[in-house]
Amino acid sequence: MSAADSHAVLAAGSGDVDPIELFLPPGYDIFWSAIVLVIIAVVFYKLVLPKFTAVLDERTAKIEGGLAKAESAQAEAAAALAEYHQQLQEARTEAAKIREEARAEGSAIVADLRTKASDDAARIVETAHRQIEAERQQASVSLRSEVGLLATELASKIVGESLQDSARQSRVIDRFLDDLESTTAGTAGAGSTVGSTSGKEG
Amino acid sequence: MTSFTSAASGQGEGFHAPTIADFFPPAILFEGTIFEFNRLQLVRILATIVLLTIFVIAARRAQLVPGRFQNVIEMILGFVRVNVVEEIMGKDRAKRFVPMITTIFVTILAFNLTGVIPGLNLAGTSVAGVALLLALWVFVAYWAAGIRQHGFLGYLKANLFPPGVPAPIYIILAPIELLQLLIIRPASLIIRLVANMVAGHIMLVLCFAATNYLVVEAAPAMKGLGILTFAGGFAITLFEVFVAALQAYIFALLATVYINMSIEEEH
Repeated sequence: MSAADSHAVLAAGSGDVDPIELFLPPGYDIFWSAIVLVIIAVVFYKLVLPKFTAVLDERTAKIEGGLAKAESAQAEAAAALAEYHQQLQEARTEAAKIREEARAEGSAIVADLRTKASDDAARIVETAHRQIEAERQQASVSLRSEVGLLATELASKIVGESLQDSARQSRVIDRFLDDLESTTAGTAGAGSTVGSTSGKEG
Repeated sequence: MTSFTSAASGQGEGFHAPTIADFFPPAILFEGTIFEFNRLQLVRILATIVLLTIFVIAARRAQLVPGRFQNVIEMILGFVRVNVVEEIMGKDRAKRFVPMITTIFVTILAFNLTGVIPGLNLAGTSVAGVALLLALWVFVAYWAAGIRQHGFLGYLKANLFPPGVPAPIYIILAPIELLQLLIIRPASLIIRLVANMVAGHIMLVLCFAATNYLVVEAAPAMKGLGILTFAGGFAITLFEVFVAALQAYIFALLATVYINMSIEEEH
């Protein structure tokens, strides 16, 4: 098949179309192309792309906002935890201090009370001693005067004679007291009371 | 192309061989004027309507938390933004050109895909009108970006007299570079796209026309061959889907590269 033949076939099939028109298209092709392209471009520039850009930006902002929020929440939680720990530490310190103080105070109170109690006890004991001494002396004095009188009376009744003679009376009393004293000494042994009595008598 | 048609025409009268005329179907309206409207324009308008419907619905329904449909749309837009524009230009410069490159990408993708859609069977980009206008847009964009960046003379100097070359070489280099800027870049964009689509269409028509002829009209002994040609057509259909996406990607990628070369400080 020759080149001329093939050209003839092409021409017949193509209806007078030059293949170069594929690349250098007729005016109407450019015209309609321009129309569709302008429409597409306008819709994409004005509507589609701005909308998707806005959506993407919003999504990014939301994600970033969420991340920032999470981060701040975490920081807040960490701060709260630190504060809590510090407060706990402070409370522990304070509790220890209070305990220490209480213990010191308690022991001070105990010591104070003990001192006071022993003081009281000593005073009570002393008072009692003094009272006992006073009563004993009083008893001793009254006993001495009354015993002499009673003894004399008794003796004069027993003897049956009146002891008018004062010299004799005095002698009788002295002898009686001496007897009494020696009897007391005999029963109570060599007690200090007897000693002191005899000392006073002497 | 001639050899295809001549070889095909030798096989018999019932065989419809693909020709260049397939890309210039008879006019439907306004024949002979600049408003001439034929099947290819109809395909483009249908593709435009479908494309815009999909994206406008997606934009209308766009929500903070995307559904399945919105995810697919965002994947396409994200692919252009991240894998094409931002990867080449960097995030800061990319912002200015993302809308343009996205529009170019989706337009070419939609018009390429009409080539394999049953009933349309003709890629909207298989006649250069669309590619030519898009290439012109890219041409204006990289000139404008370059002049804005360097000033008119600065831009020419940066491109025609790249530093680090011995002075005499400029005699050869400067005209070549000027040719690059003025013709080669846009022309290569147009020719690559249109040639791919034209070739794909011819391969498809050849396979399916042959299948039809072999099964329906050819001698019984030949019918078995129809299975082979059908399998070939099936494979080429899938391949054309891939090419449609690939060519859209390449066009967008090169457009970005050209613009980026204009605004770069050093070449």
